[in-house]
Amino acid sequence: MVGQLVRKEDWRIRLKHLQIMLRRLRRNSLSFGALIVILGIILMALFAPLIAPYDPNATDANQAMLSVSRQHLMGTDIFGRDILSRVIHGARVDLLVALVATIIALAISSFLGSLSGYSGGWLDHLVMRIIDTVMSFPSFILAMGITAALGNKLINVVMAIAITHIPIYTRLIRGEMLHIREMEYAEAAQTVGNPRSRIIFYHLLPNCFPPVIVQATLAMGWAILTVAGLSFIGLGIQPPASEWGYMTAEGATYIVSGEWWIFLFPGLAIMITVFSFNMVGDALRDILDPRMRGIQ
Amino acid sequence: MTGPLLQIEDLTVHFHTEEGIVEAVDGIQLLVQSGEVMGVVGESGSGKSVTALAILRLIREPGRIIQGTIQFAGRNLLGLSEEEMRTLRGSHISMIFQSPRTSLNPVLSVGWQIERLIRLHKKEHTEKARDQAIQMLRQVGIPAPERIYHEFPHQLSGGMCQRIMIAMALVTNPKLLIADEPTTGLDVSIAAQILDLLKEMGQRTGAAILLITHDLGVVAGYCDRVAVMHAGQVVESASVKKLFQNPLHPYTLKLIHSIPRVDVDTVMETIPGTVPGLIHPPPGCRFAGRCQVAREVCRKIKPQVQSINGDHQVACHHIGHW
Amino acid sequence: MGAFVEIIDLNKHFPVKDQSMAFRALIPFGARKAVLRAVDGISFSIQKGETLGLVGESGCGKSTVARCILRLLPPTSGKILFEETDLAGLEEENLRFIRRDLQMIFQDPMASLNPRLSVRQVLAEPLRLHEKLTLKEREERVLEVMDQVGLDRELLNRFPHELSGGQRQRVNIARAITTRPRFIVLDEPTSALDVSLRAKIVLLLEELKSVLSTTYLFISHDLSTVKYLSDRVAVMYLGAIVEIAEAHELFRHPLHPYTKALLSAIPIPDPNVRRDRIILEGEIPSPTDIPEGCRLRGRCPVAKTTCSEEVHLREVASDHWVACHISGT
Repeated sequence: MVGQLVRKEDWRIRLKHLQIMLRRLRRNSLSFGALIVILGIILMALFAPLIAPYDPNATDANQAMLSVSRQHLMGTDIFGRDILSRVIHGARVDLLVALVATIIALAISSFLGSLSGYSGGWLDHLVMRIIDTVMSFPSFILAMGITAALGNKLINVVMAIAITHIPIYTRLIRGEMLHIREMEYAEAAQTVGNPRSRIIFYHLLPNCFPPVIVQATLAMGWAILTVAGLSFIGLGIQPPASEWGYMTAEGATYIVSGEWWIFLFPGLAIMITVFSFNMVGDALRDILDPRMRGIQ
Repeated sequence: MTGPLLQIEDLTVHFHTEEGIVEAVDGIQLLVQSGEVMGVVGESGSGKSVTALAILRLIREPGRIIQGTIQFAGRNLLGLSEEEMRTLRGSHISMIFQSPRTSLNPVLSVGWQIERLIRLHKKEHTEKARDQAIQMLRQVGIPAPERIYHEFPHQLSGGMCQRIMIAMALVTNPKLLIADEPTTGLDVSIAAQILDLLKEMGQRTGAAILLITHDLGVVAGYCDRVAVMHAGQVVESASVKKLFQNPLHPYTLKLIHSIPRVDVDTVMETIPGTVPGLIHPPPGCRFAGRCQVAREVCRKIKPQVQSINGDHQVACHHIGHW
Repeated sequence: MGAFVEIIDLNKHFPVKDQSMAFRALIPFGARKAVLRAVDGISFSIQKGETLGLVGESGCGKSTVARCILRLLPPTSGKILFEETDLAGLEEENLRFIRRDLQMIFQDPMASLNPRLSVRQVLAEPLRLHEKLTLKEREERVLEVMDQVGLDRELLNRFPHELSGGQRQRVNIARAITTRPRFIVLDEPTSALDVSLRAKIVLLLEELKSVLSTTYLFISHDLSTVKYLSDRVAVMYLGAIVEIAEAHELFRHPLHPYTKALLSAIPIPDPNVRRDRIILEGEIPSPTDIPEGCRLRGRCPVAKTTCSEEVHLREVASDHWVACHISGT
C-alpha cells in the first residue's frame, strides 16, 4: 500500500532500498558482526600466502610442540609447523570445498527441481523417489560412505558433500516451482511464445532462488563441518594439507598430555566460521523474505 | 437517543514507516446517526479503512492516532483505556471485513465461532448460546442452520461466509456495525443479496451501519447518507439524494461521471492524474493537483468544511463559483 | 469463408480427485467418477474487428474458455478455429508461430509480470521470439509501444515492484500488443484495478483496438465495462452460453432469466432509479453436479416442467440467441 502512495524517482529509490536493507542488517548486530567475520575469513583465505607468517608445510624439529608465544601466536605442532599459518591456509581448503560442493549441488538441484516441479507427472514422481532414497541416509554417513568408496581425494569429498546436499535444494526448488508455475506470469511467458525450456529456466527458476539462497548459506556451515568431520575420522583430506578438521583430529591426541593449542585453534576456527554462516543465513532469511513478499 | 451515535471530529492518523510519515487521514469529521446506513466512498488509499480501524482503536504501530475525538454514545473513544475498548468491540461496535473466508477462523466450525461470541459478551451458558447461534444463522438466511453450524469456513461459499460474518457481527446487538468493503470479491448477485441482508438486519436490530465502499452504485442503492473521501480527507458529505442530485465537490462530480452505466448509455469520463502521495502530501486541498478549476488558494490552503442547506457539507474553496 | 475465430462445441472437463483410498475401494468399477465440467459444449464465433464480450459470475467457466483458446490448457474436445486453423489439434511447435497473432492480457497486473524482468525486457521478449529485428529496430518498437499505452519512456528500466498498479497493467497491455496481434483475449483486464483507473484502462483498450485494427474477446464480470466496450455479448452460466446478442440489445432486452437476474443485481449510481430485483433461489450448483436439462432449473423463478429437457441456443430475434425453453416462444 505504501508503494502506491509514494512518488518514485529512479536512483534515489534504489539508494533508499539499500539503506533500508543495511539498516535492518545493522539492527541485528550479531548478524552484522557475523557478516564481517565471514568477509574476514574469506579475505584471509584469499590472501593466505601473504598473511601467513610461515610456510604452513615447513617443518622444524627444533620448534616442535611449542606453546603460544610471540613468534608462534598459536604455537607449533609435532612437526614444528606454525599452527597460525596452517589455520590461515586451512581456510582456503575448507571454504573452497564447501563453496564448490554447494555450487555443484545447486546446479544439479536447479535442473532437477525445476524440471520436476514444472512437469509434474511421472518425472516428478521419479525424481522425488530418488531424492527420498538419498535423503533416507543420514547425511554424514552417506558422505563417509561415498568418500570411503571413491578414495581420499579432494574431488571425492566435494562430490560427497554435493550429493548429500542435492536433496534439500531439489525439494526447495521444486516446492517453489509448484507455487510459481501457477502464477500468471508463467502463463504469460507461455502465451507470449516462449519454448518450455525457456519458461522453466529463464523465467521461473530465478524466482525460485530466494529461499534457496538462505538455505545455501546455512548449508555452507554444514558443508564445512562435513569436510572437517571427514578428515577428523581419516577420510577425505589428509596431511600434509592444512585443513581444520584434520588438524583438530591431530590435536585431539594431545589433550591428555596437555598441548592444548594444537586442537583448540583449528577447532575454534571451525566453530566461528560455521556459527557465522548460520547467523548470516538467519539474518538473510529475515531480510530477504519479507521484502520479497512485500515486493511481490 | 438524542444526538448522533458516532461523531468524529478532526481525526488525524499517521503511519511512521521506513520511507517516511504517511499522512493517511487528515483531520476528518464524520457523523453517523442511530439506525441509519452511512456510506463512506473513496478510491483505495483514500483513508476509509484506516478511519474504520481508528474508530475501533485498532491502529497499531507504525500507525498512530495523532489527534481528534471520536464520540460514541457520549464517550470519547480515544480517551478510553484498552480494557474499556475491549468491552465495546464486538458488542457495541462490530466490524465485518472484506474477505470473509480469511476473516473466519479456519479451524473452528462456524457455529462454534458465533457461539463463543455469545458466551463471551452475553455470558449465556452453552445450551442457550447454541440456540441463539442457530437462530442467528437462520436470521441471516442460511438454509439448514443446524447442519451449517458444524461446517468449516473452507466448506462454504464466499457468500455464505459473509453471512456468517454478519451473523457474528450482529449477534451481540451492536449499536454500530462497520462494514469495510463487504462485497469486494463477491459475485454481483451474491453481493446484492449480502447488501440486502445487511440493510434488512440493520433495520431489524436498529443498528447503524457504516458502509465503506468504492462503488457509488452501492451507495445509491443502500445508503441514507454518504461521505466522499479523497487522499485522507472528507471532501463532501450529504444525504444520498442530495449528493447525486447536486454534487458540489469537483471530485464527487468526476467520480459520478466516470462510472459506466448498464441502464443508460454514457460517455465514460476519467479523473485526470492520480491520488497524490501521502508522504509529504501537498499542502492545501489534496485534490488540487487533479482539479480542473483549482486556483492558487486551493494549492496553499486546506479548504474548511462548509455547511450548505443543513446536512450537505463540502470542503472546497469554490462552492457556488462554478 | 468462416468467421475470424470460431469455437465449435468446446469442452473442458477436469477429473475430480477422489477423497480417499478407502472411498475408492468402495466404488465398483464402472461407477460414474466425478467430473468437473468447467466448459460444457460451447460454440460461438467472432467476426474480424469486433469485440465479443463474455460475461458470467465466478465459476461459470469464462476464464477456462480463455485458457483453452490460448492453449494454456488442452481442451477435452471441440474445435478452436483461428482463421480456419484448428488450434486444438496443433502441436506446441506450430502453436508458437501462431502466438504472434494471438495474445492475452491478464487480470492481475502484479502476478502477470515476472518480478525479475525490467519493463524493457518484458516488452522486447515477444519481438525476440517472433520477429527478426536488429537491436535498434527492437528498441524503436518497444518505445513505440510504450507511447501507445501512455507510459513514460523512463519506466523502461524499472521493475514491476517499482510501478503502480495502473502502470503495471499498461505494461501488461503493452506486452500483448508488441507483435501487433490480430486477436487479443482480455481476461478481466480491469477487475484488479481501482475504480478510477478502470475508466482510463478501458478507454485505452478502446483506442488501441482501432489503432491496431485487432479483434477482442473481452472477458469480465463487470457488466458496465463490457457493455461499453463490446459489440456483441455472450452470457455464460455453469459452463454454457445461455444468451448471446448485440450488446445494447442484450442490456435493453435481456431474455434469459439468468441474464435478467444478473442485470437486476447491478447497483446503479443513481438513487432515483428503482428496478425490480429478480432473485434466483439458492446458490450456484457445483460444476461437478450440473442439473439435467436447463442448467438454471431449480433456481429459475419461471421454470416449468419442460425445463427438464435439454436446451440449446435458439435465434429468437435478429442475431439474439437464447438457451431457454420459455423465453422468446
